[in-house]
Amino acid sequence: MEYAIEMLNITKEFPGIKANDDITLQVKKGEIHALLGENGAGKSTLMSVLFGLYQPEIGEIKINGEKVEIHDPNDANRLGIGMVHQHFKLVHNFTVLENIILGVEETKRGILKYDHAREKVMKLSQDYHLNIDPDAYIKDITVGMQQRVEILKMLFRNNDILIFDEPTAVLTPQEIDELMKIMKMLITQGKSIVFITHKLNEIKEVADRCTIIRKGKYVDTVDVATTSKDKLSELMVGRKVNFDITKKAPQIGDVILEVEDISLSTEKGHKPVLNHVSFEVKRGEITCIAGIDGNGQSELIYAIYGLLNVDAGSIYLNKEDITKDSIRQRSLKGMTHIPEDRHKHGLVLDYNLAENIILKNYFDENHQKFGIINFNKMYSEADELIKKYDVRSGEGSRSIVRGMSGGNQQKAIIAREIEANGDLLIAVQPTRGLDVGAIEFIHSQIIAQRDAGKAVLLVSLELDEVMNVSDRILVMYEGEIIADVLPEETTEQELGLFMSGSKRGKGYEK
Amino acid sequence: MKNRESVKLFLASLAAIACGLLVGFIIIMIANPSQGVRAFSIMLQGGFYRGLRSTGQVLYFAVPIMMTGLSVAFAFKCGNFNIGATGQFTVGAFTSIFLANTLYGVIPDSVLWIVALLGAGIAGALWALIPGILKAYKNVNIVISGIMFNYIGMLLVIEGVKAFIYDQAGARSQTALVAIPKMGLNKIFPGSDINAGTIIAIVVCIVAWYILNKTTFGYELKACGYNQNATQYAGMNDKNLAIFSLLCAGFFAGLGGGLTYIAGTGKAISTAEVLMVEGFNGIPVALLGMNSPLGCIASALFVSYINLGGNYMQAVNIPVEVIDVMVAVIIYFSSFTLLVKGFIDSYNKRKEKGLLPSDGGSE
Repeated sequence: MEYAIEMLNITKEFPGIKANDDITLQVKKGEIHALLGENGAGKSTLMSVLFGLYQPEIGEIKINGEKVEIHDPNDANRLGIGMVHQHFKLVHNFTVLENIILGVEETKRGILKYDHAREKVMKLSQDYHLNIDPDAYIKDITVGMQQRVEILKMLFRNNDILIFDEPTAVLTPQEIDELMKIMKMLITQGKSIVFITHKLNEIKEVADRCTIIRKGKYVDTVDVATTSKDKLSELMVGRKVNFDITKKAPQIGDVILEVEDISLSTEKGHKPVLNHVSFEVKRGEITCIAGIDGNGQSELIYAIYGLLNVDAGSIYLNKEDITKDSIRQRSLKGMTHIPEDRHKHGLVLDYNLAENIILKNYFDENHQKFGIINFNKMYSEADELIKKYDVRSGEGSRSIVRGMSGGNQQKAIIAREIEANGDLLIAVQPTRGLDVGAIEFIHSQIIAQRDAGKAVLLVSLELDEVMNVSDRILVMYEGEIIADVLPEETTEQELGLFMSGSKRGKGYEK
Repeated sequence: MKNRESVKLFLASLAAIACGLLVGFIIIMIANPSQGVRAFSIMLQGGFYRGLRSTGQVLYFAVPIMMTGLSVAFAFKCGNFNIGATGQFTVGAFTSIFLANTLYGVIPDSVLWIVALLGAGIAGALWALIPGILKAYKNVNIVISGIMFNYIGMLLVIEGVKAFIYDQAGARSQTALVAIPKMGLNKIFPGSDINAGTIIAIVVCIVAWYILNKTTFGYELKACGYNQNATQYAGMNDKNLAIFSLLCAGFFAGLGGGLTYIAGTGKAISTAEVLMVEGFNGIPVALLGMNSPLGCIASALFVSYINLGGNYMQAVNIPVEVIDVMVAVIIYFSSFTLLVKGFIDSYNKRKEKGLLPSDGGSE
């Protein structure tokens, strides 16, 4: 069978790192070919090479059996290669139609002509059941729709080779199902798809074959139908992955965090975001706050950490009232926090790794004298933590964090927060957007903290995580805690009922 | 990698300057073909045209733009665009003359100039404080408040001049009665207006660099400039940091005003309603200096050198306007550094097929 794409022995180096080392990828015509690898394995680099954003040092690319040179995305486009990026490249205050024609506009005496384009877009939209409204503004449509606009963009340019870079990361479960259908339909029309992901379920669902790369090296290409999920993950991570989390029985100690009847309204006259919330977190226990996103979990953590002030109620840390304390005081008293949004709160992306690691203790006497930072100490400490937590980056402690992969950024934050050695560790969606290897690592770190006698407050939206990691589950619904259950005594079905507000737990009845 | 990056930036700066000179040369050849080459060579000799005297003048004229450049650069590192440097400079200038002349005889001269300079810096800082507070607590755009405060500052200073230090002979203020000591610099550069102000300006730039890069305060300021949310999360007082960064920037600009108006060269504040240009000229100086306090020293000297060279071109009857255009073009092109760096990058990319420094390991 003929190949649509052949990337043979591609090697691409960056200073300090071989992002792609002798990687071969062969995609047959009319198949969905998954490209599987952990964060930082080199998937995106490989696709950037295919797309002409990087030039490989070694290796050649063949499209439909012919050797080609791809210098920039325009070359790629001419060869029929299109890409849906993880972060969409759309102009928000343009309409769908304007976005689709952007770059290939048809003009008549310098005036834009929309007629042909509109016709073609409508036809494509119908043929592929994309249900696009060409006159809607991008800013007004859902993320799932925006992704369809990206797909239409490729179809409009008559691309036959479609690259999807982690397309499901931003979608809801329903939208993911829709996308899978669209992908299947695309290949029946003779398109070839490269599907970059680290989610095994999705690969099992749509892909025909799968190429696995690990740490920049080619591992294997397998038939998806005949390969088990366990095998796939083993190939990806390089060892057997433990999906079941084993942990000892908790050794529960004193109360570390006590939240007493707090309420919070972000806007006057609106329904409170937090409504008389009370709970305790004890030493040696992982208390998990479960719930559907947007039910007040973020605000609750902001209030505990001091990013928001509560309207009423009190917060105690080690029996001390910290309701009025600043963030700095709270963190000095032993509160550590892996934030929900690592780019917004967790990191200064333009600082290097070492500078980010001292973000919360740069002012203590170990790191400065008379206000002058001890840079040697900073770098040597960072180097130790990088080793201990296996944070991978191009230039070690001097790597600018913006250029690091998500998993490694998260590891850096975890290193910083765990090394701060506080009594309370707050972890908000600590594994969001990460691959199985990183998830396993982070879960084991969190459990190790519990076993070391720390109190852990975990916020999670993933039922798997809620059920497997936690020792106690609190369910939040519309700003209230409506259930307090033990994971052994509940089921995912029951949690689902709690989370959707259809049932309330014992002691929380209305 | 960091070093390689700065080498590249430096090369890009030089290339940008060369482009500017080339375009400047074309302009002068159009304006005055017969004398063009000679005029251009005079300009290039700028700071050495009349020997050490010219060099001294370069050092002297660099002071105000070095300070306003530093002001803009410092604020920029902390995430603020200090377009209000002009107002801070003006307020500083007034305060220095006011203090010098009202306290003349009360405080010995040897101390008075220091008092006047400090006063100028503090006045500039206070002038930046108000936009800073508005920004931190009411989220008022710093550019808008900065521009407004330029005008408010200018008009208030004119009223202040009329009320306290008016020179009846002309529509301007009195000149300062004390001056910054020359510290023997006038012996090294005979005939020039140089004084210790140059040394003070350079030292202040170095101190600012040290603060930004070596201290916890600078660490906080830069973090706040890059990502204010993260500084809040890390327990820093992000609002105060935003204010402090402007306070420092205002201090530098105000000090620049003081250094300029008590330099002992008989400069007086005009009561015409025109904004002082030194503040705005700080913006290209900061850009050219890569927003680095040390870069500002070099770029201020360069701008001053070109300006002085331009002035000497009058010797061959080139009109002042053409000179202004030329100097502007050169400075304008020189701030295209980043553009040039982009060219270098894409050239490398094509040439070396890859080995360009990049965010290694990015996924």
